[in-house]
Amino acid sequence: MDIPLMPEQASSFAVEVDAIYFVLWALTIFFSFLVMAALVFLAYRYRRGSKVDRSRPVHSDLRVELIWSVVPLIIGLMVFAWSAHLYARTRIPPKDAMEVYVIGKRWMWQMQHMNGVRENAELHLPVNRNVKLTMISQDVIHSFYVPAFRVKHDVVPGTYTELWFKPTRVGRYRLYCSQYCGTQHSQMDGWVTVMEPDAFERWLAAGGEKGSEKTLSLAEAGKKIFDRMACGSCHGSASELGPIPASQRGGSLNGLYGSTVTIKGGRRVKADEEYLRESILRPNEKIVDGYWAIMPSYEGQLTEEQALQLIAYMKTLGKADRSGGAE
Amino acid sequence: MNQQASAAQAPSYLSAGHSLRSWLFTLDHKRIAILYLISISAFFVVGGLAAGAVRVELIKPRGTFMSNEMYNRMFTLHGVVMIFFFLIPAIPAILGNFLVPLMVGARDLAFPRLNLLSWYLYTGGGIMALTAAVTGGVDTGWTFYTPYSTFYSNSQVTMTIAGAFIAGFSSIATGINFIVTIHKMRAPGQTWFRLPLFIWAHYATSIIIVLGTPVVAITLLLVVAERVFHIGVFDPRYGGDPILFQHLFWFYSHPAVYIMILPAMGVISEVIACFARKRVFGYHFVAGSSLAIAVLGFLVWGHHMFVSGQSMYAGMVFSFLSFLVAIPSAVKVFNWTATIYKGSVSFDAPMLFAFCFIGLFLIGGLTGLFLASLATDVHLTHTYFVVAHFHYVMVGGAISAYFAGLHFWWPKITGRMYPEMIARVTAVILFMGFHLTFIPQFLMGFAGMPRRYHYYPPEFQTLHVLSTAGSIVMAIAYLLPVIYLIWSLKYGRVASANPWNATGLEWQIASPPPTHNFVEPPVVTGEPYDYDELCLAENEPTAAAGGAPTTGATA
Amino acid sequence: MTATGHSTHASELSHQFENIEQQREAYVVGMWAFLVTEIMFFGVVFLIYTVYRVLNHAAFYDAHNKLDIGLGALNTFVLLTSSLTMALAVHWAQVRNRRAQIAALAATIALACVFLGVKAVEYSHKFTHHLFPGMGFAYPDPTFADQARLFFSLYFGATGLHALHVAIGVLVIGWMLVRALLDRQGRADYIPVEMTGLYWHFVDIVWIFLFPLLYLIPR
Repeated sequence: MDIPLMPEQASSFAVEVDAIYFVLWALTIFFSFLVMAALVFLAYRYRRGSKVDRSRPVHSDLRVELIWSVVPLIIGLMVFAWSAHLYARTRIPPKDAMEVYVIGKRWMWQMQHMNGVRENAELHLPVNRNVKLTMISQDVIHSFYVPAFRVKHDVVPGTYTELWFKPTRVGRYRLYCSQYCGTQHSQMDGWVTVMEPDAFERWLAAGGEKGSEKTLSLAEAGKKIFDRMACGSCHGSASELGPIPASQRGGSLNGLYGSTVTIKGGRRVKADEEYLRESILRPNEKIVDGYWAIMPSYEGQLTEEQALQLIAYMKTLGKADRSGGAE
Repeated sequence: MNQQASAAQAPSYLSAGHSLRSWLFTLDHKRIAILYLISISAFFVVGGLAAGAVRVELIKPRGTFMSNEMYNRMFTLHGVVMIFFFLIPAIPAILGNFLVPLMVGARDLAFPRLNLLSWYLYTGGGIMALTAAVTGGVDTGWTFYTPYSTFYSNSQVTMTIAGAFIAGFSSIATGINFIVTIHKMRAPGQTWFRLPLFIWAHYATSIIIVLGTPVVAITLLLVVAERVFHIGVFDPRYGGDPILFQHLFWFYSHPAVYIMILPAMGVISEVIACFARKRVFGYHFVAGSSLAIAVLGFLVWGHHMFVSGQSMYAGMVFSFLSFLVAIPSAVKVFNWTATIYKGSVSFDAPMLFAFCFIGLFLIGGLTGLFLASLATDVHLTHTYFVVAHFHYVMVGGAISAYFAGLHFWWPKITGRMYPEMIARVTAVILFMGFHLTFIPQFLMGFAGMPRRYHYYPPEFQTLHVLSTAGSIVMAIAYLLPVIYLIWSLKYGRVASANPWNATGLEWQIASPPPTHNFVEPPVVTGEPYDYDELCLAENEPTAAAGGAPTTGATA
Repeated sequence: MTATGHSTHASELSHQFENIEQQREAYVVGMWAFLVTEIMFFGVVFLIYTVYRVLNHAAFYDAHNKLDIGLGALNTFVLLTSSLTMALAVHWAQVRNRRAQIAALAATIALACVFLGVKAVEYSHKFTHHLFPGMGFAYPDPTFADQARLFFSLYFGATGLHALHVAIGVLVIGWMLVRALLDRQGRADYIPVEMTGLYWHFVDIVWIFLFPLLYLIPR
């Protein structure tokens, strides 16, 4: 009989999460046993008809009440702090992480590596390398869950969510959608394959499972969309645009990603993936100070995949020649 | 005991009329409680059958007899019926309705017509939800998460939500009735700290109902509006936010867990005090912890959303508060245990069900900490670990307490004793079956088995089969009371006014009580649970020979 | 008092209460508990609206210009005045001035109907300008169209719920009016009128929040 009691510990978080988990079980078993033993012992000793001293019954005792509220509270808060500290580290991705884009749709996972290699329901990763997933759903809420990594995060329509981890063991691990998403929710699963770094590089260079077929990188695909939609006629460099003042078109996008922009009303926002996505789809919500609200909305004209490709392209535009804002 | 003497002439509420009309248009809180008992039991059977179907389906990794659609509809039916139509109303609407006026010495609840209306709303809402289930079913899960429920599900979402919405107003009506009755209709001399803990628990529950239910009502209304008119309120394409739904939903639905468990805790306090012959240890702390739970319960909804995309700092605050809310529950458990010290314990069925409650609720509560703790929750949420945890609390806890209360007050409600031996056996079977069903689910959850999965990886089959086997044992434990309680209505021994020698105003009147409860308005002169003398007297060697007042059933 | 006491008492005392004082207090506590549920109900509407106004401020500002501030202000005035007449009705019910009470109740109903009439005019303008978020929704500025739709959804939802409460208020005040008209001896308990007054002031307060939130968005 094969009873799975524990998923493999295949990420840097797994050991730490399991430590908290087993400490909590120790506490659970200890306190359950303590209370049940007390209950059974007292109930037996003071069973009706037993010859024991029942005089001077106690009905209340402040010291006892304080002890059994404060001691569990202290233990609980220690666990809280330990766990919250680990959680904070799981939520803040390191700068050097390798990026993969994930799109969830009913009922399939679609992964995109930066060099353009795509996978469905499979994700190949190198071992011992920080990986950051930027995820979005095309329809309902999904949740990206790899038990062996002890990580999980919902994949929501309309907004990017992030997940990061470091696989530490070569192998194949189950991937699930863990947020109920409809008819074939339980079939929206897949595999994460963790490979040796050089094997992974070979796999990636060869274009993944599909083999020899040459694919565009995400940024290259983004540039094609950028050109096809003629984004450059407003967001090009000053030399291309001639006499129209920058305020009546859009600014250059060079170096925009990761910078901080001041929008109308004086608020300062960070130009991250989420901001870029909103500025493409609903451009007039956050107008950069000094520009006109003239950019049309691209809501419904771009798929989530294309939006991600455009953002990937914008991220490659260097920090040099920074002359304007976003719109 | 003068109440009993004069009440002997007054006809019992059961004999106040036998026509259907006398039941369907009754304003008597006791009869309305019986109406609730009948309809809630019916929904319990429906929800239980759905659970059974789900368990049978999961014997094989790729299902035994259902399609994906069917399976999704089945677990949704189980969730919707059990939460909205069984667990939330069970103890307040049946035992609370029957006992709140009796325990405060009132002739009825403050608003009897509202009380009757609440039963019609409940039943109407329930029938609507069942109609939806029969005419296509609903496949969103009981949580109705957007945007699945608003755009993608092509099932009877609107009608099901309408049913839950209407049942919500029934809850509100009951909550308002309890608040007013407890505030304004207590017997002379019955100060707040002379109230039975059952009343404290129902007071705290009513506060949650009144504050929380309107929130979920409007939220569900918006889901319907979004679904029917596409107003955009939860749709990112129109600037809406699907996550906002989760905030609003859990703002009610987390406190709703306390709507289920607080009345259960009230029952346990009564039962343990009576069968241990002791005043509940730390009465003020047990009473206060009910209110603490009601207040803190509203501040922890975000712990359902640690992986939903809410900010990291919000997650930490919600986690912190969730650890805090565990303390009042722990305080109750410790106090109940301490109550037994120097008591005079008898092991009648209600007491065994109460022990069953403590054992299961302990594990349910402590495993809640795994989910309140952030890093472990990331791994465990959305898995069978969560399923096992909340079943320990809501089924192991609330339903065991419901059975404890039902057996305890059965002689008062019906005037008949239930058969004692088989009831004790039932409590033991329930305890065993419960662990067998849900311990495998804890294991599966940690091993990574997501919930709401129709097909599952074959390595989980052994645990699923064990769980299904346990559910069969549980089914027996739930079926037995249905049979022997109905049997007792005709063949049970006739109960005296106070078969357990319990304190409390409800035991001073006849079993079953007369229509207007109290012939003379009772006056309360002391604290509740005044068992000290009885505790000593029952264990005096001399008194035992003279026929000590034993419980009606242990003979 | 004995178990049969309920039949010998004044007809307005229900059997479950010991005396009329207890009954009055019970009604007051019950009414406040009910109003708490109403506050939570509208509280969610305000919360959702506020969240989305912050998230879509530019679009909501643009859309709110399509509302008629003049009519909104008029309605605010009408509803505030009706609160005054309602308060007077409660006062006259307490001092048992039956004629004045009837007049004040009638005035309150009239003002409530004016409010609903103005609201109907506003709604019909929105329909003719295709601003009702249904099939024919058309917004002049395409860059804000989607979020403006959300604004008008919330506008119709919130004011519609409020208007429903006003309409229910008209029915209840009408019932109080009939009750006063039938009560020729002027002996009826004043508590129902007072409870109706509480409800009506609540409906008024909801509008006091709705008007600035929807009609007066700062740039």
